[in-house]
Amino acid sequence: MTTEALPARPSARLPSLPARILSSGPVAIAAVVLAILVGWYAMIVPMNAGLPSMPKEGSYAELTRAAWSLERPVLPAPHAVVAELWRSTVETRMTSPRSLVFHGWVTLSSTLLGFALGVALGIVLAIGIVSVKALEKSLLPWIIASQTIPILAVAPIIIVVLGSIGLTGLVPKAIISMYLCFFPVTIGMVKGFTSPDSMQLDLMRTYSASGLQTFAKLRWPASVPFLFASLKVAVSISLVGAIVGELPTGAQAGLGARLLSGSYYGQTLQIWAALFAAAILASLLVLAVTLAEKVTLRLMGGRP
Amino acid sequence: MLDGVATTDQRTDGQGGARARVIDINGLSLTFETRDGPVFALSDVNLVVEQGEFVSFIGPSGCGKTTLLRVVADLETGTAGRVLVNGVPPDQARRERQYGYVFQAPALYPWRTVERNVMLPLEIMGFSGEERRERARRNLALVNLAGFERKYPWQLSGGMQQRVSIARALSFDPHLLFMDEPFGALDEIVRDKLNEQLLQLWRHTRKTVLFVTHSIPEAVFLSTRIVVMSPRPGRIIDVIDCNLPAERTLELRETPEFLALAQRVRDGLRAGHSYDD
Repeated sequence: MTTEALPARPSARLPSLPARILSSGPVAIAAVVLAILVGWYAMIVPMNAGLPSMPKEGSYAELTRAAWSLERPVLPAPHAVVAELWRSTVETRMTSPRSLVFHGWVTLSSTLLGFALGVALGIVLAIGIVSVKALEKSLLPWIIASQTIPILAVAPIIIVVLGSIGLTGLVPKAIISMYLCFFPVTIGMVKGFTSPDSMQLDLMRTYSASGLQTFAKLRWPASVPFLFASLKVAVSISLVGAIVGELPTGAQAGLGARLLSGSYYGQTLQIWAALFAAAILASLLVLAVTLAEKVTLRLMGGRP
Repeated sequence: MLDGVATTDQRTDGQGGARARVIDINGLSLTFETRDGPVFALSDVNLVVEQGEFVSFIGPSGCGKTTLLRVVADLETGTAGRVLVNGVPPDQARRERQYGYVFQAPALYPWRTVERNVMLPLEIMGFSGEERRERARRNLALVNLAGFERKYPWQLSGGMQQRVSIARALSFDPHLLFMDEPFGALDEIVRDKLNEQLLQLWRHTRKTVLFVTHSIPEAVFLSTRIVVMSPRPGRIIDVIDCNLPAERTLELRETPEFLALAQRVRDGLRAGHSYDD
C-alpha cells in the first residue's frame, strides 16, 4: 500500500496549535483551575478590605500580606484553605473531633446508608409504576411534589418525628439523605424498565413468558445502564442530604456540623476546609460509581 | 377455491394423502381503528397450511403479510373470522409454545452471549441446565455457528446474528417456525447463502414454516407454496404451488421452471397493484 504517499485530505487538516493544546484533557482542566485560582487570589484584598483588622491604606503588597495573615478572613486564600485541610486531615488524629477524616466518616456513613435506602426505594417505586398502570397516575405526582418541598423545611420535621419514636443519630440523617436521592433513581429506572423495544417484548410473548420472567430476563438487565446514570446523580445528592440532615440535629459530628460550628464562631477557614472535604468526598463517591459501572457493563458484554 | 388448493395434495413427498392441517384460517379480517378512520389490514383471508409445508407470503408493504403472521402467532387479534393452529386458537397455541418466531431484526439481548441468547427460551420454559447447554450447542451447530458460543452479539455480523436468532427459535423444538422477513435487512450475497442454509435446515427438520418476504426469488426458491397478497384491504389474491425439486441449489434460479414461477408471482403482484390504482 502507498498510503504514505497520498496527500493529506483537506478535512484532516489539524486545528491550530493553541486550540489543540487547549482541547487536550489535562491541559483544559489545568487551565480552568488556574483561572479560578487567579480570580480567587484577585478577590482576596477587596473582599477582606472592610475588616477592622485590615490596614486602611498601603501598597497592594502590604494589603495582600495583611489579608493573607488574617485569622478570620471573609475570603481566605486558597493556600490557607489547603493548609487547613492538610492540618485537619493528615496532622490530626483521626479520632479527634478536630479531624476532618472523623467528620467525613460520620457524614459518609449516613450518606451510604441513605444512598442504599434511596436506591432501594427508588427501584421499588419504579417497579410499582411500570407494573401497575394505576400507580403511575396516583404515585408519580406525589413523587414529583416531594421534590419541590425545600429539604431544609422537611428535615427538622423528620428529625422530630423519628426522634419521638426513639430513632436518633445515624438513621434520621440517612432518611433525609434517602428522601433526596430516591428521586433520580425512580425516574431513571422507570425509563430503564420501559426501554426494551416492542420486538424484544414480543419475543418474550412468543415464549409465553410470565411477567416476572419478562422482568428478570429483559426489563431488569435492559435497565442497568439507566441505573448507573441515576446512581451517579443519586450518590452526590445523598451526600448533600446527609450534610443537610446534620444541620437541624445540632449534631456534634459530621461535615454539616463542622460547617455549622464554623459559621457560629466565624471560623471561615474551617468552613472552607469542610466544603472542600465535602466536594472531594462527592467526587470520590461519583468515581466509585463510575468504576462500578465500567466493571458491570464490561461483565454484561459491553464493547470495550 | 383456496381450500381446494390446500386439500389437493400436489406436493408429493412419498407419503401421499391428506396431511394434518396445521394452520386453518377462515374468513379472517382485522381492522385497526385509527384517528383517520379504520384501516383494513386484513380482509376475509382464507388459508390452510398442512404439516411440513414451507409457505411464503409475498406482497408490497402494507399488504398485511406481517399482520397475518402476527395474528397466527397471537401477537395481534383478528376482528372477525377464525384461526386455528393445530386445532386450537392462537392464544392457546402460543401458551403451548407451539411455534418459534424469527423477527425482522435478530432482537438478540446484547448482555447475553450467543449461547445464552439461544438458551433464553429454554430458561423460560424450565429446561435443565444440562439440557440447555446441549440444545444450544446442537442448534448453533445447525446454523453453522459452532465455536461462537462465548461471543457477544456485537462481535457477530448481521447475517450471523440472524442465524443465532433462528437457532434460538429452534432451540425448544417447536414444530412450527414463523419467519417475518428474517433476511430483509441483509445484503444479497448473505441472503442467498442463508436461503440455501434455511432450505437445508427445513429439509433436515421437516418443520412447517410460514415465511414473510418481499423478494420474489427468495419466495420461489424456498417455498412449497407462495401466497400472493395485495394491500388496502390486505387480502390473498393468489396461491401458487411451487413444484420445484426438493434438492435445490442457487443454480435452480436460472432454470425456465423457476423463471416461469417467478413470472407468475410477479403477474399476481402486478394484478393486485392495478386493482388498487
